[in-house]
This record gives sequence, C-alpha cells and structure tokens, in this order.
Amino acid sequence: MQHSVSIRDLSLNFGHVKVLEHLNLDIAEGEFIVLLGPSGCGKSTLLNCIAGLLDVSDGQIFINGKNVTWEEPKDRGIGMVFQSYALYPQMTVERNLSFGLRVARMQKDEVERRVKRASEILQIEPLLKRKPVELSGGQRQRVAIGRALVRDVDVFLFDEPLSNLDAKLRSDLRVEIKRLHQRLKNTMIYVTHDQIEALTLADRIAIMKNGVIQQLADPHTIYNKPTNLYVAGFIGSPSMNFLEGELQGGTEPVFRANDGTVIPVKTYAFETAPNGGAVKGVLGVRPEHIAVGEAAKAMPFATEVEVEIVEPMGSDTLAYTKLAGQTLTFRADSEINLRDGQTVLVGFDPGRGSIFDTATSNRI
Amino acid sequence: MSQTATISSAGPTASQDARVEARGPRPTPFFTPRKIVIYSILFFACLYFLFPLYVMITTSFKTMPEIRWGNIFAPPIEPTGEAWIKAWTSACTGLTCQGLSPGFWNSVKITVPSTLVSIFIAAVNGYALINWRFKGSEIFFTILIFGSFIPYQVMLYPLVMITRELGIFGSLWAVILVHTIFGMPILTLLFRNYFASLPVELFKAARVDGAGFWRIFFEIMLPMSLPIFVVAMILQITGIWNDFLFGVVFAGTQNYPMTVQLNNIVNSVQGSPEYNVNMAATILTGLVPLIVYFVSGRLFVRGIAAGAVKG
Repeated sequence: MQHSVSIRDLSLNFGHVKVLEHLNLDIAEGEFIVLLGPSGCGKSTLLNCIAGLLDVSDGQIFINGKNVTWEEPKDRGIGMVFQSYALYPQMTVERNLSFGLRVARMQKDEVERRVKRASEILQIEPLLKRKPVELSGGQRQRVAIGRALVRDVDVFLFDEPLSNLDAKLRSDLRVEIKRLHQRLKNTMIYVTHDQIEALTLADRIAIMKNGVIQQLADPHTIYNKPTNLYVAGFIGSPSMNFLEGELQGGTEPVFRANDGTVIPVKTYAFETAPNGGAVKGVLGVRPEHIAVGEAAKAMPFATEVEVEIVEPMGSDTLAYTKLAGQTLTFRADSEINLRDGQTVLVGFDPGRGSIFDTATSNRI
Repeated sequence: MSQTATISSAGPTASQDARVEARGPRPTPFFTPRKIVIYSILFFACLYFLFPLYVMITTSFKTMPEIRWGNIFAPPIEPTGEAWIKAWTSACTGLTCQGLSPGFWNSVKITVPSTLVSIFIAAVNGYALINWRFKGSEIFFTILIFGSFIPYQVMLYPLVMITRELGIFGSLWAVILVHTIFGMPILTLLFRNYFASLPVELFKAARVDGAGFWRIFFEIMLPMSLPIFVVAMILQITGIWNDFLFGVVFAGTQNYPMTVQLNNIVNSVQGSPEYNVNMAATILTGLVPLIVYFVSGRLFVRGIAAGAVKG
C-alpha cells in the first residue's frame, strides 16, 4: 500500500543544534496522525518541514509517492492551519478563502464553487463578507481550515490549531475536526501539546522528545503499553505512579520495591522474558488502575496505605498516599468516602501496569 | 469558556462605569500647585521656541525702512507681502535672480523620487531580510547597519568619483542616487523591525497558498504596513528636503535644491542684507517639512490606531 506521507531519515540542524535527528515516519492514506510532545521537542518543526516552509538538512519527504523534499509548499498538495489562524487581515473571509485559488489563476466560477462548498461544510456562509477582525476565535479558525479546504489538498497540516481558543470552544472544534476528517477522509497531521486532543483525535500518536519520535502507536497502546519511561510519564493525568526497585526473573517473577515490599508480577506480559538475575527497574501503575477497599482484595497485589491528601474532583477523587516509601496517587470513585489520615486497602494488577529497565528506561 | 465569557461580558459594564464616573465633578480643584508649575514651564518653553518664529514672520511682512528703525519685536506698521513675492520670484541666488521658485521645484524633483525609491528598496530589503533569510543575510544586515555609523564626509569623495564614472555627476540623478544610498541603512532597519513584528505565520500561510516573493510583498505585507510607510516618508521627506551637503556637491549649479539657494540669498554679499526677504525665504524653505509633519502626523496616529486592532 502506498503511503500518503513518508519521511525518510529526516534531519534538521539549526547551526549546531540538532532539532530533528534521523526521523522516519510513514503515514497511511486517510490516517489522522498526531504529533505530541512538550514545547521544543521538534513537532512543529517537523510539520514545517513537511509543509516545505523549512529546508531540511538531510533526508527525504515523500507525499503520495512523490519526492517533495525540495518542492515549493504549493506543489506539495498540502494545506496548513496555524495556531494564530494567520488570516490575511485586510481581506474579507471570502477573499481569504480564495487567495490561494486566485494565486493559482483558477477560473472564476470554479473559485466561487469551491468557496461555496467549503463555507457550507464549515458553516461560515454568513461570514463571507466580513473581515477577520470581526470574527470570534472559533470562526477565525474555521476560516483558516476553510482556506486549506478550498485548495482540495491531499494532506491537512494542523499546527496547534486549538491552542488559542478557550476550553469550551476547544472541545467543540475538536469534535468538528474529527467530523471533518470522517467526512473528507484526508490524511491529517496534527501537532499539539494537549494529550486530550491527541488521544481523542488520533488514529496514531507520535510522541516526540528532543527531535526523536519516542513511540508511534494508536492511542490505546500509547496509554496502556508506553514504550519507555518518558512516554509513560507524559501521557495520563495525573501521571503514572512509578515505584523504583528490582525485578526478579524466573518462573515466579516478582518486583521488589526499594524498601523490600514484594509485588508478584506473574500476570505481566513481558516483551522480553527476564532472565534469572535481578534487574534494576521501575514499576509503573496508572492512578486509575488502582482499586480501593473491597475491590482491592481481588487484585494480585494489595496492601494497606495511609491517605495523606484527598482531592475531590467531582466525578472522582484523587488521593495521595505512600507505598513502599514512594508517592502513590490513586483515583477513586467519588462515592467512596476518603478522609485525610485514613488507612485504606489498595490493590492493583501489575499486568495492567508497565515495567521499565532503569538502565535503558525502556519497557521490559 | 466560562472564564472568557465572564470577562467579555464584564467588559462593557466596566467601561460604562468608568464613563459614568468621568461625567461627575472632579474631586480635585483645577489650580493645584503641581499644575501651576507644569503649565508655567510649558508656557515659557512655548514662548522661548515661538518667539524667533514670531520675529521671522513679523519681519518678513515689514518694509526695509521699517526694519532699519531697529524695533524687531514690533508688529509691522504697514504689512506688505512684497518680501515674500521677491523671495519667491526675483531674489538673487548666485548668478540668476529668479528667487527661490526654481530651487523649490529642484527640491521637489530631488525629494519625490529619492523618497519613493529609497523607501521601496528599503521595504523590499527589510522584507527579504526577515522573511526570505539567505545564507549570510545576518552579516549583510550587520554591514548595512554599520554603514549608518560612517560619517557622510568620509564617503563624499568616493561618491563623487563613482557618480563621475557613471556620468551622472552634476545632475539630479546623482543627488537622487546619493540620497537613496544614505537612506538605506536606517530605512532598512526600520522596515526589517516592522516586518519582524508581523506574525510570521501570515507569511507561511501565504507561501502555502502558493504566493511568491512579490505577491506576498504587495498583497500581504504592504497592506499591513501603512504606519511604517508614513514614518519612513516623514523621515525621508524632511531629511532630503533639509539636506544641503549632497545638494551643493552633486546636483550641479542648474539643479541646486531650495536649501542651497536659500543660503545663496541669505549669504549674498552684494548690497545691504534684505532681512525681510531672508526671513520670507527661510520660512518658505521650512514650510514643506512643517506641512509634512502636520499632515502626516495625523495620518501616522490613525495608521497606528488601525494597526493596533489584532487581525
């Protein structure tokens, strides 16, 4: 199957600073890929390279099988939506939408037809005669999407399109982008630092750090089987609990925390079977995978802990405790009445957790 | 959502409150010691700067006998525009006696093309330096800025030789060229910094839309740059109009700008100095920069206000 976008061994240096390093990425036709990472991880830079707005130092970019590494942005079949909307302030919405088409000297009636279609899809028809200043943030971003839409591109590139909007509008527009993707079935590459956007929108997420893709997988895998400590800590809120200790291999593998607490990890699906010796490791458990009270008894591992701080969140409650001398956060049903200083029974299944090698910080 | 909604809905009410408050009586008396001090200082500063202007204007409307009585502060007894007419049409500027009017037109012929050409080139320079960075563009910019620190006198003779080699020495073209060159560093800096303040995403969006170098410049950048163009125009028009050195060196006797001819009138050694004509000629020469300030100053403020609305 032909890939919609292929990135081969891409590197980008600004002087001596390596922003992207030997990056490889294959994106299938119609796929929604989210590039996720903290600021400065190179995700926007990668998007700009795909768009052709930055010259790469090394490597190739293919779009629809064509090598576009040194093509102009307009010849790549891409449309881009920016965080600041980047609408031309002196033009009306209609002229903003049609600018690219007019540059390409398209027939007038065809321009009109396309503008009409795009404004119907995005429901911005009443706004066509207005200037960008007269629009709200959400409307502006719709127009910005429309500008990519009219050009009938193969690949949509989104550069943090929702980051300038307030929370309510952001979730509304998020759903709309998803709907747009279902309707158009274009390949979409979406850059964000918001993990909720990433998890809700993506077919696959690429988590980036320091110019390197840490893990490329579907949201479920990213969440449940993070490939290393960085991904595990980055995804999830509150973030995953990490217990430091030692992994003892063998037929009955156990994880021995630093203070000697023994946690049986027989249910854990090891990627590489541990050998007999002990390995320094980290056991990661998500706060939402920890059972409290009666439910904890059914878990392969259960212990009593003292609740230090309780944070009621409405739908559920966060509690901070100590396990094996290390901080343990868990999320409990808000129906369970927790008080500061109370001793509760908590338990979890290490099979739902993740074990990482301390030396390599990779998943075992 | 709720946060922004509350802020935006609170906005109008808050400003209405402010307006209501402003309508009420002021709690402090008008003549506070602080105000008295400030206004007296302003008043005397005004006098200090306006007095020479007053003397110039009154003298220019006097006749020579009246000036010879020596009371320079007295208003003219029989106001007459003769000195103005003479300054414009028949005062002697060196060999010819046609007044300042030829110099005025020479200055116009120098200022208009110099201003337009230098601003256009500087705008393109600034745009290219920010948005189309090339290898060595930073070094190029540094050299350009360094150029603005070199005193004019150092470059005068080399420029004379260059214009002579080009065969334009002693013509309007030479002055225009020299003004364009010397306007370049500061104007490029001005435009570069202005374009740097525009969101770079607009430029990127236009590139994705397929627009090229000139198209982005004319259709995206220029419409957003009115304020900086007005600033550049004020700088160039006043600077070039007031220039004396380049005019006297490069223009040639036929093309002397107004400033050079004014000097020739005022410093004429024949006969007794005609103070009324000198005053009228000086005011005439200074009029253009003054008008530019008054007219474009307003435009300038309006331009800034228009640009202040986020696009």
